Amino acid sequence: MLVQNFLEESAHRFPNKVALIHKGERLTYQEVDQKANKVAQWLRSQGIQRGDRVAIFLDSSAESVISLFGILKADAIFLMLSPTLKTQKLSYILNNCQAKALITHTNKLGVVSGVFGSVPNLQFVIFTGNKDKIPTSGCPNPILWQEIDFLNPQSAIRNPQSNNASRLATCENIDLDLATIIYTSGSTGNPKGVMLTHLNMISAATSITTYLENVPEDIIIDVLPLSFDYGLYQILMAFKFGGTVVLEQSFAFPYEIIKQMIKERVTGFPGVPTMFAILLQMEDLKKYDLSSLRYVTNTAAALPIEHIKRIRDAFPQAKLYSMYGLTECKRVSYLPPDELDRRPGSVGRGMPNEEVWVVDENGNRVGPGVIGELVVRGSNVMRGYWGDPEITDRVLKPGPLPGEKVLYTGDLFKMDEEGFLYFVGRKDDMIKTKGERVSPKEVENALYGLEGIVEVAVIPLPDDILGQAIKAYIVRRNGYSLTEKDVLRHCKKELEEFAIPKYIEFRDSLPKISSGKIDKLTLKQEIGQ
Amino acid sequence: MSIENEIRKFIEENFILEGDDHLGDEDSLLEKGIIDSTGVLELVAFLEETYHFKIKDEELVPENLDSIKNISQFIQNKLNFSRESVDREDGRS
Repeated sequence: MLVQNFLEESAHRFPNKVALIHKGERLTYQEVDQKANKVAQWLRSQGIQRGDRVAIFLDSSAESVISLFGILKADAIFLMLSPTLKTQKLSYILNNCQAKALITHTNKLGVVSGVFGSVPNLQFVIFTGNKDKIPTSGCPNPILWQEIDFLNPQSAIRNPQSNNASRLATCENIDLDLATIIYTSGSTGNPKGVMLTHLNMISAATSITTYLENVPEDIIIDVLPLSFDYGLYQILMAFKFGGTVVLEQSFAFPYEIIKQMIKERVTGFPGVPTMFAILLQMEDLKKYDLSSLRYVTNTAAALPIEHIKRIRDAFPQAKLYSMYGLTECKRVSYLPPDELDRRPGSVGRGMPNEEVWVVDENGNRVGPGVIGELVVRGSNVMRGYWGDPEITDRVLKPGPLPGEKVLYTGDLFKMDEEGFLYFVGRKDDMIKTKGERVSPKEVENALYGLEGIVEVAVIPLPDDILGQAIKAYIVRRNGYSLTEKDVLRHCKKELEEFAIPKYIEFRDSLPKISSGKIDKLTLKQEIGQ
Repeated sequence: MSIENEIRKFIEENFILEGDDHLGDEDSLLEKGIIDSTGVLELVAFLEETYHFKIKDEELVPENLDSIKNISQFIQNKLNFSRESVDREDGRS
């Protein structure tokens, strides 16, 4: 079984069923499958081989979905990049995994054109969008998406042995091969590429759709970026059980989302705490007919208990699932909705076909109520970080069986007598803001890049909407009169929106510990943390 | 100051524009990466405070809030509407 079989089998079972709704466009399973075949065929004709990396840098769109399946059908590995990436990080990622091809939109040229000179492995770039804006120089082999779409589907190579006509004959991958690399923030400041095999993704998707009790009648609204595993899996899982996805680009206008939910009779609504906080600021959610909603899920960060109450009040017929996970294994745990009243602060137990436990600093299992690091064992656990065996060895360690590896999550938890998990904190100092993991180091590095800054310390502040907000303390070089606006303008160029500090404070000096390092603990204590 | 200028001033002071990129009156604030979901909340709070009206859930749509032009038209309509209702209460037409 391979991830693209989700699409192929649904196209076989429900050829004319709507798979994807986006900006008024409705694509059936058959249409998505045929378009993905053309992408695969084109990639193959251009020399893309088994295991090559192909990057997708698009806003959430039908093309992103078609591309990811097309890349998989070509036996290549897809990278779903955040549409808000800035030039430097995009260039870092493309070079880190030596991507051979890039699929993007002409509205991203502001960022994309900055990388062409620095990505020697990139052989061609596929553009969706405006034909007239495709660059005529500098860009390696630009091609218009529509040209691929006009290919004759009949010329796709078919496998006469396969009972599924849409499967490409050239498919050689097995489920131990990589399907994707997902880049997440690393504590060193550079993103790390989480390598996931077909088996990893299929295992996670199977476990999650099992506990959510998904059925083909489910209609999922996906407002989350597809670069975020939570957003990506909404597509993969719905295609697995033959459901429908309403794909939205952003949550900026919440009433638009509510309108879509009513219109399409949405049954599943995955969100993060910031989205729920915004929804709960609306006047009266109860006046909308959201009776079709069967379940609501939350992950990325814990929901405040008050919000849990209000969400259940607003969607009384919907089950609310509190969940927890990390990209390295997709999902770890979920709280069965009927446990919510008894343990509102818990993120539940390990999902089906997965084992979790808590260990002390020496790796020994600890009993109920004792805080330790959470360890995950399952087919959903990643193969490691791309090109970084050293960091991989820090998180993937020998498990109970010979040759087996288990995931040390870096998250501190305690477990109750019945095995329910309670999140305590991170072992490192990663910030969780708007559902995104941000490395303070990355923000600090960006700030040090601005002339006139001598010292920087970035710490999280509690925030009702964001979960945590980013605060930067800055010491200016003598003679420099940088303002907050200068700093923010610089950040905007270097950092993604969610990583830009919300608060900036200029200081004459920062507290130090004896080794001369900046003493963040004192800064945190000053603000009562 | 005209409504359009007031809004431009608010956006330029509170959201960060990339480089020296000029923001046109009809440019989408969302597509230009100027506002996101929390930015919209800040914008709404500013409008409600400055122009003394309440923005309804149903009005939280891009047609009202996604460009300087849309925002100023929206405000103009809201202000005209509340003036009309005051007029009606006064028995004038």
